[in-house]
Amino acid sequence: MITPAIEAGQLTVSYGGRRVLDHVSFAIPPGSFVAVLGGNGAGKTSLFRTILGLNTPEQGHVLVEGQRFGKGRMPVGYMPQMRRMVAGQLSGWHMVAAALRGRVWGVPWYSAAERAEVNAALNAVDAWELAARPVMSLSGGERQRLLLAQALLDHPRILLLDEPLASLDPARMRETTRRIHDLARERGLTVLFSTHDINPLMGFMDHVLYLAHGKALLGNVDEVMTTPALTALYGAPVEVVRADGRLFVVADGGADTLHCCDCAEHTR
Amino acid sequence: MFAYEFMCTAFVAAFLAALVCGPVGWFLVLRGQSFASHALSHVGFAGAAAALLWGEPAFLGFGLSAVLSGMGMGVASDRFVGRDVMIGLVLSLAMGTGALCLHFLTHSAGAATALLFGDILGIAPSSLYWLGALAIGCVMGLAVMSRPLLFASLQPEVAEAKGVNLRLLDVLFLALVGIASAMCSQITGVLLVFTLMVAPAAASLRLGFGPMQGMAAAFALALFEAWGGLCLSWLTDCPASFWIALLGSVVFAAANGIAHLRGR
Repeated sequence: MITPAIEAGQLTVSYGGRRVLDHVSFAIPPGSFVAVLGGNGAGKTSLFRTILGLNTPEQGHVLVEGQRFGKGRMPVGYMPQMRRMVAGQLSGWHMVAAALRGRVWGVPWYSAAERAEVNAALNAVDAWELAARPVMSLSGGERQRLLLAQALLDHPRILLLDEPLASLDPARMRETTRRIHDLARERGLTVLFSTHDINPLMGFMDHVLYLAHGKALLGNVDEVMTTPALTALYGAPVEVVRADGRLFVVADGGADTLHCCDCAEHTR
Repeated sequence: MFAYEFMCTAFVAAFLAALVCGPVGWFLVLRGQSFASHALSHVGFAGAAAALLWGEPAFLGFGLSAVLSGMGMGVASDRFVGRDVMIGLVLSLAMGTGALCLHFLTHSAGAATALLFGDILGIAPSSLYWLGALAIGCVMGLAVMSRPLLFASLQPEVAEAKGVNLRLLDVLFLALVGIASAMCSQITGVLLVFTLMVAPAAASLRLGFGPMQGMAAAFALALFEAWGGLCLSWLTDCPASFWIALLGSVVFAAANGIAHLRGR
């Protein structure tokens, strides 16, 4: 039997006094590209933080490659949601390099091998032209590429990408997804890719992990993105509409046409 | 100028202060904690005034109170975020306590001025041993922690996920800031710690150096300001702290100009 890349068993997690994951169980096959969907507050970031060991579950467990790794020892690259960039006046290269063996005590002086590793990560995401530029002069999408390069350092086998498409225009969304997908295939990585909008991932993802109301549903697109499946998950009538090769999820009675898959959260 | 022992002592003390203030200041500015050096120097002022009142060396009181406060800020860092009113009140209370101690301090009339505006020419040669030991300790401490500190400063969430202890680094770093503030206050006084700790570091960052070169440049600029201030003070008979503050502003403006010309 193949050991899952990530396995959650009866996982229960609270955030801000609210239970965001309630006895959730799933197993992510290794090497798969998984879209983690759900509205704001559905528990996507909490799930990632729990996998990384930054949140302690109230109940249940989460295993990475069948093991409980100590904090910082798991083979996971993490790209958090882009918030304030402290790096500001430092160059893109130095921002990425800061994560290379960043937990090791000593001075931030990089050997030739370490510099080559940083360069390779930048090249892998086509960000070499950003290396010399100050981070504060970069656009949101360019900063996202640097964060992705950072997540690739130290040879991870699993990538947790928290909203990597945020602040990108639709053309860039598709291009970024393709880049991540190709990279993951080339390196045999398991990818958990959280997003509000499933459409830029169509054709790339192997599975969908849909989070709503503390529950989770894992399966391929045709299994999860159906009216009966999401209605059961939300516990209320939800309709999945396919149009022009795109998916829309609307709450029953929702009059607006919404371009994302989680509008059930918004119209409720 | 170098025929006088007090001037030689002042130049060595300024070198030691710049050696610490440059690299520590570089991290302070990078982390957006410039205000911490200002805050710790205020708290240090109260400690120094209390030490003088009890007949102990001002530097000892300054150092102890600044280091302990720095560590306290590190432990309670989450609770200080967005609490500008509380921080302002603590600073005011510290300054008020310092003023009270100085009021009762009748045997050292010039102490208040020396504490507030610095008295680099009054540093005893024997103090250089203490300053030297502190400088070496600070630089070594920062060297040991600078790699994880850089990671934690730039990407705290990722650093935490990779096993970096953010709280421990906060506490250790702010303790170093406390020591650096104490050393810097010997040169510039409590009110002008900002000039030697923040201005050179901010200028260095504006010039776009990487971490190691940036810390070295911050040290070089701090040394330029401190030694330049001493020389100008000697030539003009004006306080060294004034010249250091002025040079700090000039250096920062020049760095901004260079950065602008380079399109940064």
